[in-house]
Amino acid sequence: MKPAPFAYVRAQSVEHALDVLAEHGDDALVLAGGQSLVPMLNLRLVQPAVVLDINALRGLAAIDTDPASGALRIGTLVRHREIASHQTVAARAPLLHDAAPWIAHPAVRHRGTLGGSLALADPAAEWPACAVALDATIRLASRDGGERSVPASAFFQGLYQSERRADELLVGCDFAPPGDDAVFSFRELARRHGDYAAVGLALSARGRPGAWTAMRVVFFGVGDTPVQASACAAALIAGVDFPEAQARLEGELDPRPDLWFSAQAKRHLAVHLLREAWRDLGNPMAGE
Amino acid sequence: MQDIELELNGQRVRLAVSRREHLADALRQRCGLTGTHLGCEHGVCGACTVRVDGAAVRGCLMLAVQADGARVRTIEGEGDDPVMRALQDAFVERNALQCGYCTPGFLLTAAELIALDPDPSRESIRAYLSGNLCRCTGYQAIVDAVELAARRLREAPSTDGRAR
Ligand SMILES: Cc1cc2nc3c(=O)[nH]c(=O)nc-3n(C[C@H](O)[C@H](O)[C@H](O)COP(=O)(O)OP(=O)(O)OC[C@H]3O[C@@H](n4cnc5c(N)ncnc54)[C@H](O)[C@@H]3O)c2cc1C
Ligand code: FES
Ligand code: FES
Repeated sequence: MKPAPFAYVRAQSVEHALDVLAEHGDDALVLAGGQSLVPMLNLRLVQPAVVLDINALRGLAAIDTDPASGALRIGTLVRHREIASHQTVAARAPLLHDAAPWIAHPAVRHRGTLGGSLALADPAAEWPACAVALDATIRLASRDGGERSVPASAFFQGLYQSERRADELLVGCDFAPPGDDAVFSFRELARRHGDYAAVGLALSARGRPGAWTAMRVVFFGVGDTPVQASACAAALIAGVDFPEAQARLEGELDPRPDLWFSAQAKRHLAVHLLREAWRDLGNPMAGE
Repeated sequence: MQDIELELNGQRVRLAVSRREHLADALRQRCGLTGTHLGCEHGVCGACTVRVDGAAVRGCLMLAVQADGARVRTIEGEGDDPVMRALQDAFVERNALQCGYCTPGFLLTAAELIALDPDPSRESIRAYLSGNLCRCTGYQAIVDAVELAARRLREAPSTDGRAR
């Protein structure tokens, strides 16, 4: 299949992009890495009047540190491959470093972008879950509203639905500095290397085994958005035995079945991933 | 239609392309470079793999207008490359192709892997090629061929500019 006709606009500046979005709203779609949008165009799942290519906006392709807050700022156009290999990211946001190789295949990672993945809000994607686990802040800009920040945990609203309004450009995502006692685990099961997850887990915690003070346990591939297992996390912080935490998790997960995995199978795999992540954090498991 | 200018297999070319045309179609239909194949046109099979500014990408997932100002290389442009020659020879020897539809994509992706890692394990060969589908060979022979080519290149490294 080939795309239906559209007008192609190459954004010359962020202001120019925001003007186009303000003018066309829903009728314009942003083209970032194109690794999700172009398939949708080719299959005519979307038929926008305007395709707004932002790839020339190099200012949105930087990785830097906010001098005031110390946060790691990743521009919307930073590609998956760069996140995978960037030294600062590996040091400051190791969860992203660990998750990146799980996204698709090399040729897709060469073009796909952080912001494109966040804007798409695919519930089986890695970046949205990592952003929630790291309590990241997503930055959006519009001509009429200026810039606003939305916590990742409030950004994802439903299947391919987010807080982003049609006139807004996602400009970047900020990750606060991890504390000295922060630890992370990324785990995923997919049918084939590079496929979207059957079930995945992005976990961030502070403290140490036996004395956890904070924890975010975020599953993906199990619902319409990244799913925070809050009851399970609270139980693990409270120091319950693993079987008790497992029961909490089974109680709060209500996975959506897909073509290959039933809800029951996904719940089973989620428990398996939680057990592996719990070990990654250095917690002893009963019977070991 | 829109005019674009790009460096294609080392030569400057100017093309008029339709805005909704993807790069693989432009290469095949406007430039006659039919070594770039189209399987799925939605990013799944890798038959359309080309190199843009040095990186292997899906030709079906980039608009031709986005290649304006870029350096594009297709399988036709790789004939003199020693890594590509070694891969081609190994593919033939190990029967790593049958119908050949997937082969240009596999070759370009495998060449990129060998440039990054001259001594890839079978596991990493499989991971790197995971985005390329072959309906004929069952993959074993393809992994064998890439392994063989990498080994030969390590044993007899070429002097004439492998990294481009
Ligand atoms: C074969 C294949 C396998 C894949 N496997 C995975 C996988 O395992 N995990 C995974 O996470 N992804 C996977 N992907 C998708 C890939 O990661 C995409 O790169 C990503 O989902 C979208 O990023 P993009 O930059 O390509 O965005 P695009 O495709 O350009 O855009 C995606 C959507 O976001 C909008 N958008 C993009 N940027 C902005 C912005 N700055 N502001 C507002 N809106 C914006 C677009 O309008 C569009 O609606 C796969 C893709 C393919 C082809
Ligand atoms: S034709 Fe491009 S990936 Fe299949
Ligand atoms: S040789 Fe036929 S598809 Fe690979």
